[in-house]
Amino acid sequence: MTEIMFWEAVRRAHDEELAHDKMVIVMGEDVGVVGGTYKATLGLYDKYGQERIIDTPISENGYTGLGIGASFLGVRPIIEIMSVNFAWLAMDQLFNTAAKVRYMSGGQLEAPIVVRSPGGIAHQLGSQHSARMEKVFMGIAGLRVVTPSNPRQAYGMLKSAVRCNDPVFINEHELMYNMKGEVPEEEYFHPLEGSEVARQGRDVTLFGYNISVHWCLEAAELLSKNHGVEAEVIDLFTLSPLDREGIRNSVTKTHRAVIVEEAEPAVGVGAEVMAILNEECFFELDTAPVRVSALNVPIPYNHAMEKTALPDANDVVEAVRRMFGV
Amino acid sequence: MKIDTKKRLLREMLFARRFEERCYEAYVERNIGGFLHLYPGEEACAHGVLEAADADRDYVITSYRDHIHAIKWGADPRKVMAELYAKETGVSKGRGGSMHIFDVRNRFMGGYALVGGPFPLAAGIAKGIQMRGGDEISICFLGDAANNQGTFHESLNMAKLWNLPVLYVCENNHYGIGTRIDRSTAVVDQYKRVSGYDIPSHQEDGQDVELVYKAAMKAIRHVRSGKGPYFLELMTYRYRGHSMSDSNAYRAKAEERMWSKRDPVIMLRDRLIDEGNMTADDFKDMDTEILDYIENEVIAFAEQSPEPHISEVERYVLAENDPWVRGGGAP
Ligand SMILES: Cc1ncc(C[n+]2csc(CCOP(=O)(O)OP(=O)(O)O)c2C)c(N)n1
Ligand SMILES: [Mg+2]
Repeated sequence: MTEIMFWEAVRRAHDEELAHDKMVIVMGEDVGVVGGTYKATLGLYDKYGQERIIDTPISENGYTGLGIGASFLGVRPIIEIMSVNFAWLAMDQLFNTAAKVRYMSGGQLEAPIVVRSPGGIAHQLGSQHSARMEKVFMGIAGLRVVTPSNPRQAYGMLKSAVRCNDPVFINEHELMYNMKGEVPEEEYFHPLEGSEVARQGRDVTLFGYNISVHWCLEAAELLSKNHGVEAEVIDLFTLSPLDREGIRNSVTKTHRAVIVEEAEPAVGVGAEVMAILNEECFFELDTAPVRVSALNVPIPYNHAMEKTALPDANDVVEAVRRMFGV
Repeated sequence: MKIDTKKRLLREMLFARRFEERCYEAYVERNIGGFLHLYPGEEACAHGVLEAADADRDYVITSYRDHIHAIKWGADPRKVMAELYAKETGVSKGRGGSMHIFDVRNRFMGGYALVGGPFPLAAGIAKGIQMRGGDEISICFLGDAANNQGTFHESLNMAKLWNLPVLYVCENNHYGIGTRIDRSTAVVDQYKRVSGYDIPSHQEDGQDVELVYKAAMKAIRHVRSGKGPYFLELMTYRYRGHSMSDSNAYRAKAEERMWSKRDPVIMLRDRLIDEGNMTADDFKDMDTEILDYIENEVIAFAEQSPEPHISEVERYVLAENDPWVRGGGAP
């Protein structure tokens, strides 16, 4: 194991997959000469050339569709959408073509593309650069959605996603690219389905994904230290399909559930996990599950207001305290 | 054009006409459901262009008005009809329907229902060809109204920028459903709109299959020789409503009469008769043969085929047993 930064892990996965298969290409705005807005393709333009590391025009739907068409002929495009806010413009091709072409062709065609995109709320980027779009992507049949919470996952997921024959959307976080973490030195492929136990506990399960895993872990430490509550943290690194078994197993042990999401509550990961709890293990629950979500507002520029709109570890601690009455 | 080729094209276009007319009846009989967009009036476009292309290597993609392009590109008409009848033996196993005819074995890369959706897909297919190093080309047929989508401009820009081997064919039937082109589009001549991307283009009579063929030969020579994209606009007309649910009340009778005098099938028939290469009786015999074939082979096959198993409704959503979902290794 070595400690590297998140962006270095993503870059390494790109590099290895480009070296492994000549049909792998990278497309996106500023991925080439610049090396990616978050350095995910730094130096790869010089190594693999402009035919494979392609600086695209600012035409999200166009280049996503182009990548999908190329994938029909065996090309394996990794498409970087500079910010998830811009992925709205590519949804036509992602949803109407990539997610449906296998089905509506009766299995004749597939679109093995990877779309990676940084999202989430960074610092004071304002309403139009603070989207959290995982809830939209995870509702579409035919699309896989994964979201890494650390460099190991980011590296291994991208590698598996490139080789998988389904379209995969990888939801990254703008604040996490400089996060350090251990990544195996040997080649590693992370699964595209499932969840991970990020912390063992017996009293309550905190469900997180991507950045909210870290809020859950921080809250678990505070709860253990200050309130004698041992929380289990489940990292839902796959948002589609959600890991029903992992969700059921943990709550069958702890009997209590809190879902922590960076997004607005409506039609989100929390809502979906609650539905799964109802369907899978309703009678295991000692109390009603709770969501900790962002406020239902466009994200404000003002720093204090932005902080208020967003959940954090303290909000998670408060939710658990209310649940236990401590 | 050789006489034999002309005769074969007449047979193919007449077959296309009769096939689509039979679809109309089957829809009225409720054997075909959903949206059904028919091609009568526009036959010379697909046949002229694809006659000039190479059926053994080139790729074709189009919109929802797709039956005839697929058949001209090698799809078995029986399987196309079976698809319309929602049968397991259909080209897309009954999952696609009229708007989603796929025949990938013959490089017919599908019919798509989002107006303008295939523009970037065709450019992507051309990118795939370019990466593999072949001299095949990607051919995209779309309507006139599709050119008002952003994908039109995005795709033309990328196709030119990266010198992609793609031929865009605009079947200009003057309408997007009920909106006449001059009411939706600032520049009515579509071939002029691509000049902003420095892409060569040409406008041709889309009712005369020989002229279409000639124009397509020139266009395809350009694309195949590595000179990048080309845009071919074909002036045409659809004789029926936009789809079966269209009242078709928005067009002037005089306009319809004018275009019915330029029927691509009749024009070619009359030419062959005038040239002394065919008699009116020959044509009648050809028609009878086609009608018999459609009834006895095409419709019979579709009617007698089984429906898909309901138990398979969740198949083809995702790849089956893809090892990378588990992080690689043995299953
Ligand atoms: C994105 C999108 N918008 C609207 C529609 C509804 N629609 C279907 S066909 C059509 C008209 C298209 O006209 P044109 O591109 O000229 O093709 P034609 O049908 O005339 O062959 C419209 C508006 C659609 N299918 N997709
Ligand atoms: Mg039209």
